Amino acid sequence: MRASDPLSAPFAFMGREFLRLLGNLGAIAIFFSLAFVRIFHRKQLPQLADQIFSIGAGSSLIVALVGLFTGMVLGLQLFYTLVKFGSVGALGSAVALSLVRELGPVLTAIVITARAGSAMAAEIGTLRISEQVDALYTMKVDPVRYLISPRVASSIISFPLLTAFFDLVGIMGGYATGVLLLGTNGGTYWYRVQSSLDIVDIRGGFIKSLVFAVIVSSICCFQGYFCHMRSDGFGAKAVGLATISAVVLSCVMILIADYVVTSFLM
Amino acid sequence: METPLIEFRNVTKRFGGKTVLDRVSVKIYENRITTIIGKSGSGKSVLLKHIIGLLEPDEGSILFQGKPVHAMKKSERDDYRSRIAYLFQNNALLDSMTVFENVAFPLRQTTTLSRAEIARRVLRRIEDLELVEAAGKYPAELSGGMQKRVALARALVTDPEIVLFDEPTTGQDPVRKNMILSMIVHYRRKFGFTAVLISHDIPDVFFISDRIVMLWEGSVGFEGTYEEAGRQKLPLLDEFLRSLEGFQDELTGLLSREAFRVHYAAMLGASAPFATGSAALFSVEFERLEENLGPQAALEVIRALGEYTNRHFSSVGGFSTRHKRDQILTMFPHTRPDEAKELVAGFAQELKEEALSRVMSIAGPVTGNEACFEIHVCAGVTGVSPTDDIDQIIERALATQEVVATHRCESGG
Repeated sequence: MRASDPLSAPFAFMGREFLRLLGNLGAIAIFFSLAFVRIFHRKQLPQLADQIFSIGAGSSLIVALVGLFTGMVLGLQLFYTLVKFGSVGALGSAVALSLVRELGPVLTAIVITARAGSAMAAEIGTLRISEQVDALYTMKVDPVRYLISPRVASSIISFPLLTAFFDLVGIMGGYATGVLLLGTNGGTYWYRVQSSLDIVDIRGGFIKSLVFAVIVSSICCFQGYFCHMRSDGFGAKAVGLATISAVVLSCVMILIADYVVTSFLM
Repeated sequence: METPLIEFRNVTKRFGGKTVLDRVSVKIYENRITTIIGKSGSGKSVLLKHIIGLLEPDEGSILFQGKPVHAMKKSERDDYRSRIAYLFQNNALLDSMTVFENVAFPLRQTTTLSRAEIARRVLRRIEDLELVEAAGKYPAELSGGMQKRVALARALVTDPEIVLFDEPTTGQDPVRKNMILSMIVHYRRKFGFTAVLISHDIPDVFFISDRIVMLWEGSVGFEGTYEEAGRQKLPLLDEFLRSLEGFQDELTGLLSREAFRVHYAAMLGASAPFATGSAALFSVEFERLEENLGPQAALEVIRALGEYTNRHFSSVGGFSTRHKRDQILTMFPHTRPDEAKELVAGFAQELKEEALSRVMSIAGPVTGNEACFEIHVCAGVTGVSPTDDIDQIIERALATQEVVATHRCESGG
């Protein structure tokens, strides 16, 4: 069967796309490794502090807001579900476990992707198309070390902290609806939160947030850094397309990785 | 034979299916200014980017001091790269940083100098390039010319041995263009670096260049000195230069070299049988003026000399061109040498009374220079015969040159 055969063409296309995806994932993995080993450079501290402020501190308000409403809606939904089984007392456990194990890491990662990941891709992409990345190279400044490593490092530091913050605010949101609005016993709520949460759950959420940090920072930086090599657009358009790819790919990869990591942790 | 500092040996570079450099062999010598000229898209910037390692050749090799760059160890390659600075065509300034931070950036990132030492070096460069007032501004707040100077300050702050200039004068007015070229010459002399530049500012860039490389459709069309370019009469080079030169010299308003040649040929043709004709070669000491007054004032002197020459002699049928940076050649058709001498004497009087004092009044505020100095204008007059070529005329006129006008400061000192 020849490759141009109409019957085999879809398979050939799928095969090509799969190989391309595999190649890209390999390139992103190498890119991350190069950035990771350069984190420990002696001149890294100012950029690292700057990025932690931008990615971490800068995202805390939106993370708190999303966490609060996620917790509140969880409290509301779970309350009416648990009422049917006469288990309203388990509201604290249900809210805390849902948040810490699953929703906290995933939603935090998606929120940071939307806020900081898109900025990473757009900023690095703009530096690339205006030859500022080349200028760094000509000044003997390693662009990966100067631009990528601080973003990767600050993501690795910020993601778990913001996830913990999201969990905390979410549990308080669940308290607000479950206890303050719907009248569940407050003591029971906090007792259930405390007794049901195990270190294994917290560790699982922590591992997920680390994995997501690596995924988001690598994909977003990669897309921006190589936006000049895109075949579907040049200049400002390439930066826009790189930002779109960065956000979409990161979100998809977060969900895929979430399933994979959860299946290993269970 | 002198070993080239950098040598391209049969370098080929392709982008997709397009061959941008096709077996290019170029030699760049130490402590010289090499200028690369060529049409847009002829691979000039690509050639420059190969030198610093932003691009790698697909075929062929680049040698640094006789050693292939691709075969160098990492430490050797780092050392090679640290000797080179690159001035981008669009400046490539870090737009989220101020001018000061931009200039300080390479020092902060690649050296272990103290903050105070970095600040001292940066301020010195900023002062050298007249950017003190812009030090706290962002690149987007500066004019194109100032951005160019910031890029130059950043390129020079690490005292590199080789500086690559990718169209450093693009988008500048004639005086600023010449100032940038003067700066390149000045700093090259001061720091002894090797300069490689891409520029289309003909004739000015030729006056400062030791070697010229012309790229033509991915290959080297000419490589040699300005004088060799004039002598060899390569059709490709002539065609390209004509397309760039235009009719007038931007700085002085005099005829371009090519337009002057056409006028000269017409002068010979019109005088049948050729009767009389003379030529005068005027010059000022550009380098001394630049040293004493600064590049801007020195350029003003050249510009004024050109302007007055044009005005004074065009009324008697004379036509002029700039021969070197600071030399102006004027032809007087149907004029005997003794008549030409009288014309030059009258011109010298006008220069003394009007032009030079005007220049001094410009130079003072520009340089803030209180010190006393003199401007000498020299002139040499010679007869022209139909068999003379322009170089012979210049040679004879140069031999007869003497000071015809001097402006001395009145305050003494």
